[in-house]
Amino acid sequence: MNAQAIRNSWKRFEDTLDVIFPGGSNPLRNLGAIACLMFAILLLSGIYLYAVFDTSVAGAWQSVDALSRQQPWLGGWLRSMHRYAADGFMIATVLHLVREWIMGHHSRFRRVTWLTGIPLLAFLYVSGIGGFWLNWDRLGQYAAVASAELLDALPLLATSLSRNFLSAESVSDRLFSLLVFVHLGVPLLLLFGLWFHLQRITRPRILPPRSVSIGVLASLGIIALAVPVLSTAPAELGLVATALPLDWILLHLLVLADMLSARSTWMLIALVLALLVAAPLFSARATAAVAVVDADNCNGCRRCVEDCPYSAITLEPHPHGKPGQQIAVVAAERCASCGICAGACPSATPFRSVVELVNGIDMPQLSVDMLRRTLLDALASARVPQIIAFGCAHGLDVEALGEADVTGYNLLCTGMLPPSFVEYALRAGAVGVIISGCAEGACEFRLGNTWTAQRLRGEREPHLRRIVSSRDYRVVFAGDRDRGSLDQAIKELRGNAATGINP
Amino acid sequence: MKKFAVWLGQGILYAALATVIVVFSHWPAYQNLAADRALIKISISHQGQLLGDCVELTPQELAKLPPNMRAPKSCPRERSPLTIEVDVDGQLAHRQVAKPSGLSGDGAAVVYRRLEVPAGKHHIEVRMKDNARSEGFDYTRSEEVDLAPAEILVVDFDAATRRIILL
Ligand code: HEM
Ligand code: SF4
Ligand code: SF4
Repeated sequence: MNAQAIRNSWKRFEDTLDVIFPGGSNPLRNLGAIACLMFAILLLSGIYLYAVFDTSVAGAWQSVDALSRQQPWLGGWLRSMHRYAADGFMIATVLHLVREWIMGHHSRFRRVTWLTGIPLLAFLYVSGIGGFWLNWDRLGQYAAVASAELLDALPLLATSLSRNFLSAESVSDRLFSLLVFVHLGVPLLLLFGLWFHLQRITRPRILPPRSVSIGVLASLGIIALAVPVLSTAPAELGLVATALPLDWILLHLLVLADMLSARSTWMLIALVLALLVAAPLFSARATAAVAVVDADNCNGCRRCVEDCPYSAITLEPHPHGKPGQQIAVVAAERCASCGICAGACPSATPFRSVVELVNGIDMPQLSVDMLRRTLLDALASARVPQIIAFGCAHGLDVEALGEADVTGYNLLCTGMLPPSFVEYALRAGAVGVIISGCAEGACEFRLGNTWTAQRLRGEREPHLRRIVSSRDYRVVFAGDRDRGSLDQAIKELRGNAATGINP
Repeated sequence: MKKFAVWLGQGILYAALATVIVVFSHWPAYQNLAADRALIKISISHQGQLLGDCVELTPQELAKLPPNMRAPKSCPRERSPLTIEVDVDGQLAHRQVAKPSGLSGDGAAVVYRRLEVPAGKHHIEVRMKDNARSEGFDYTRSEEVDLAPAEILVVDFDAATRRIILL
């Protein structure tokens, strides 16, 4: 199976889930956000746990165990939440990685986001494994000894860490403080790394849609009540910790090291990390032309800056404007070539009476001027009244619908459509306009269909004028397979062919 | 009806997620040592003897050195490797020659090895050599041990008393 086939199967799977999770609430499209939610639960419950935790070897087990036994409601529940959220964090993150990989989201403008995600995974493993040490029960003992054996296989330290766990006397409070420090410090690194991870993303979705948050919180909350996490017996270094209720979600690397060997495990880890780092190199996708600013048509209004999904635009002093006037500047390596900025610019309105419609910011491969010209040509030369369909390269192919009365334009992203084009097409004789694209919450460029919907509803600039009746256009964010919804929209627009805006 | 189906579907999927988390955060139990076995952990971190003695430098040799390096004695810092052999019930179970750590070979040599044995009585003999210039083993110790299931017997070396210890 090639990458494209895998991508298509995954997309089909996501589309199927859209039926159960409508309106952008599909967890598979919110995995990064779910991971962030889990992290938030961990940080909050962790504060409480740390407050009651005894950081000495002798007192650690007792202090954690007492939580579950003496205050099963608050303390015990929070302890269980802390563990289950960690499990959920790992699951969500690995799925997030797998999804972004399958979608091919590791190259070009996403490369930095991809690469900064990799250390997060490593921090997550270390934080997860490290949490078990602190309970200092038999499971914690296993985790500590196995971690030490794993680390000893690296030529990092001259001494052997494992020697710290030979007997009860060899585990000092100082060593234990170090373990606590790792479990506090590495999650902070993770938080810091997350900030880097999201640097190139405008308005990252760090919290899932409300229904997803509720679903996730309820799931964890219920299992934390129904199956509370309990400590095993206190650590006893003279005995091998056996028959452990192992957390396979978080501790599988340690088991792997038992089964193979520490060294092979490191080789495997190195191999996986190398593959992840190299992924952007192997994808040989043609680089598309990036957005271009026209100084004479940019007034520094900021709209494109606000709407760009990848923080690729900044404002700088205008080269030939009044003092204080600014101009948009595109950072080419960050630009996704989505054209959302073109749809945001006030100069994009096709009603301007200029021969060549030069936009403040535009895509060389498909400028608003090209769009206006082909639109006028199509409407002028059509033998039957036309419905105009503005689609996107990642949604249904509206240029190949095979309907005599529909003219389609596959934009780079639906978000590049200046809303005034809807009114313009109607005034130029179209019987109706369809705006289609990726499903809600599934925009290939994250924000395109959201901005488009808001612009059409008049909630975002540039907006579609109220004068345009909602009877004359249809928004069909149905992804790339749902031809049925599109046909329905065509049928409806054909039905009211008689009305429309009078020129 | 459709709303109900959505609720039901979401409920089933969240329940599936919850089930995966609950189940695989506890189960299946991990048996990293079979129930009737015990463990011998050889864990030694020891600085072997110096490989060579200090030598007095002749005036001619001293003159060849840069002025700030002219110490009257030259002391090699390199240490002997550690050789260890462990017999369990008369059978050689582990033999290792551990090099001293450090760039100039002047650090401790580290041995770490786990040997699984059936629980019960065993005769253990440990031989260790930390001096490359001596003949044969410098330290030996043999002992009858009775290991309970899952018990760990640590084989270590105490540098202060210069004795192999079993604990
Ligand atoms: C601690 C673990 C992680 C968290 C909490 C996390 C969180 C996020 C969030 C919140 C987003 C923004 C989603 C959006 O608004 O569209 C995101 C995007 C992304 N993440 Fe992660 N992430 C994590 C780990 C990773 C890893 C391990 C990788 C892969 C190596 C990765 C690759 C990506 C990519 C490629 C994007 C960009 C998606 C796009 O541009 O559409 N992330 N992540
Ligand atoms: S095309 Fe425009 S909106 Fe899209 S990433 Fe590039 S600069 Fe940003
Ligand atoms: S939206 Fe247009 S006018 Fe406004 S800053 Fe961007 S390029 Fe300039």
